Amino acid sequence: MELIDLTMIWILILGFGVLMYVLMDGFDLGVGILFPFAPSDRARDDMMNSVAPVWDGNETWLLLGGAGLLAAFPLVYTVFLPALYIGVFLLLAGLIFRGIAFEFRFKANRSRYLWDHSFNIGSTVAAFAQGAVVGAYIQGFETEGFQYVGGPFDWLTPFTIMTGLGVVTGYALLGATWTILKTEGETQAWAWRITPWLLAGMLAFFVVVSVWTPLANERVFNRWFDNAHILWIFPLATLLVCWWLYSAIRRRLEGTPFVATMTLFVLFYIGLLISMWPYAVPPEHTFWDAASDPGSQLFLLLGFLFVIPFVLGYTAWTYWIFRGKVSSDAGYH
Amino acid sequence: MELDPVLLSRIQFAFVVSFHAIFPVFTIGLAAFIAYLEALLYRTRNPVYEELARFWTKVFAVVFGMGVVSGIVMAFQFGTNWSAFSYASANFLGPVLSYEVVTAFFLEAVFLGVLLFGRNKVPPGTHLFAACMVAVGTFISSFWILSANSWMQTPAGVELQDGIFQMTSWGEAIFNPSFGLRFLHFALAAFLTAGFVVLGISAWYLRKGKATTSSRKALSMTVVLMAVLAPTQLVVGDLHGLDTFEHQPEKVAAMEGIWETQEGAPLLLFAIPSQRGERNYLEIGIPKGASLILTHELDGEVPGLKEWAPEDRPHVPTVFWSFRIMVGLGLLMIIAALAGLVQLLRGKLYDSPRLLKLYTWMIPAPFVAVLAGWFVTEVGRQPWLVHGIMRVEEGITPSLTGGMALFTLIGFVLVYAVVFLAGVYYLSRVMKSGPESFTRESEESGVAKRPLSTVDTSFEDQPWDLPGKR
Repeated sequence: MELIDLTMIWILILGFGVLMYVLMDGFDLGVGILFPFAPSDRARDDMMNSVAPVWDGNETWLLLGGAGLLAAFPLVYTVFLPALYIGVFLLLAGLIFRGIAFEFRFKANRSRYLWDHSFNIGSTVAAFAQGAVVGAYIQGFETEGFQYVGGPFDWLTPFTIMTGLGVVTGYALLGATWTILKTEGETQAWAWRITPWLLAGMLAFFVVVSVWTPLANERVFNRWFDNAHILWIFPLATLLVCWWLYSAIRRRLEGTPFVATMTLFVLFYIGLLISMWPYAVPPEHTFWDAASDPGSQLFLLLGFLFVIPFVLGYTAWTYWIFRGKVSSDAGYH
Repeated sequence: MELDPVLLSRIQFAFVVSFHAIFPVFTIGLAAFIAYLEALLYRTRNPVYEELARFWTKVFAVVFGMGVVSGIVMAFQFGTNWSAFSYASANFLGPVLSYEVVTAFFLEAVFLGVLLFGRNKVPPGTHLFAACMVAVGTFISSFWILSANSWMQTPAGVELQDGIFQMTSWGEAIFNPSFGLRFLHFALAAFLTAGFVVLGISAWYLRKGKATTSSRKALSMTVVLMAVLAPTQLVVGDLHGLDTFEHQPEKVAAMEGIWETQEGAPLLLFAIPSQRGERNYLEIGIPKGASLILTHELDGEVPGLKEWAPEDRPHVPTVFWSFRIMVGLGLLMIIAALAGLVQLLRGKLYDSPRLLKLYTWMIPAPFVAVLAGWFVTEVGRQPWLVHGIMRVEEGITPSLTGGMALFTLIGFVLVYAVVFLAGVYYLSRVMKSGPESFTRESEESGVAKRPLSTVDTSFEDQPWDLPGKR
């Protein structure tokens, strides 16, 4: 046994990277999902302005996740992507269309509605595809040795559609609470109004998925119902945070709902990992099976330890520069 | 008809990477040009540099944005279509691609923001620093990706054990035999691409009588640089070719269209190679030319394609003609750059309408040359995915069907068509509005926060722009 378990370190690093992606791109995808429901064009301008400076950096975490998986857990990369082939295409197409919508919407006059659709549909499809990935992960993959051998649509089942819609709703909640934080006036008033409904919707999906998962999956069932009662602290905490979020909305606290929603996502994330642990490519392969050579993990780790603090520093710096409310008169022309 | 997932995946990868490549090859050179302009501005405070820097930064932002959206796809292609290859080579490719993300993509993203939006928010020195960091970031990015590509051409530092590449030396793998010259060749190509675009656009403005002062400045700066770099590229390209001759002789045989091993092989200027007939038709060549170039001896021996089994040969017509297109355009660039230098020294550069017209017409030339060059090296590597070790069909995703591959191929073609048409349309509008419209005043009137949105050029004609209203 080696002195340090590099695989464990990489689970933590990539776990952190994926969480960063979910939280950060989550709210800007959410803004896109909510786009057509905004009360006015002015509100849409505000919403887009609020995420415009940061969405690109947010999305870079997805690239980090992709390349990092190839480096540290190649099996995850080479089973998930073929298994989700069509879903990955939809995800990429969605991200492209919403990306160029940022660039072109404010330049368009007659065709602006087209870029609105492009932004909304692209964001929604991308969010749904990500939710389906989560569902497919829980569902497991048909592998032989170290290769995916299932069909092209194994990932698309009632269960993954449910998780896909759940993530769309969850991202919308992140987007709504972000909008509360960053806007004022009618836009914010609208965001206050829809947030409780989105919370209720997400909670409903949470309950359905939480009940469905152990019933459909014996391993998950045993994990939660055997004797590890301490684990029940997480669903309990989820309910408490929901209450915290709801009361913050009632008291019209501007920052708390966004923080509370992010906390919810962290709890879901931990719950997911508890359910699936230690499987990277269920039902057969653990993270340790999926790991690359320790030499490669170490080679990259040394660089990451040096570079990632800088990346986090600049990211924080960007958010600091663009802090505060988006003011309508400072929008694009 | 049976759909072949390998062939479709190859077409898809070639399409996606070719489409993507035209953007970074331009932005890498342009980022350095902008950093140079910013440095000149910092030292001289001459407003003409500010006008140029602002204008080309706008162009940079548009092209960079298109490179980003098309680049995301690349990061996932390896897994979706080439999972067996990814799995086998993950120990090397994984860390290399991850290093590209953390050392280059994040660096570019941070400082691009400062470069685009920070001119009035940070001190001039910081702004110059940001411009330099963006340029450095683009170079770091090409460093890693070319290392990965070179490794597929000339694998080193690894050992194949049970179908998986295990690392034996990181240094040998990253700095594999063909990496150094390929990187230099590509970097020069990037500079030439940006340079000839700047030449072409500046020449166009001069002919139109627009932004005369700044266009003259850009033209004279760039002509001198191109007159140095274009001939340098010939030398570096030749060295790169000799390097390929050593490591991948079958690629060079295809480039030269040589079927029979021979002493005193001719340098073919024209021929129609036949893959099936294993010969050329309508050859026109310089006797002993190829031997002289490749071995530096008139009667040096050059191995012919027949040394390799038919299934181990690259597609000769593609490699042969791509190589001639690349070299031909390269020679054209050398002539055009040297002619510009002569005219500049004679003090007549700005009054050479035919040369200026040529520059404008030549804007696509470097892009075509770069793509042709990529075709030479990539098609010339076939049928190998990792040269000499892993064949292309061994790398394919086992579960991939022809239908799935066809679906995404058509999908990417459609998506990219939209991106490309919208981008080109918009870029042409930026070009038409010209450097003079990017003054300090017009920029401060709009708060722009996104690359493509930094330009206040409208996407369509404004109502007051319509011909009927004039």
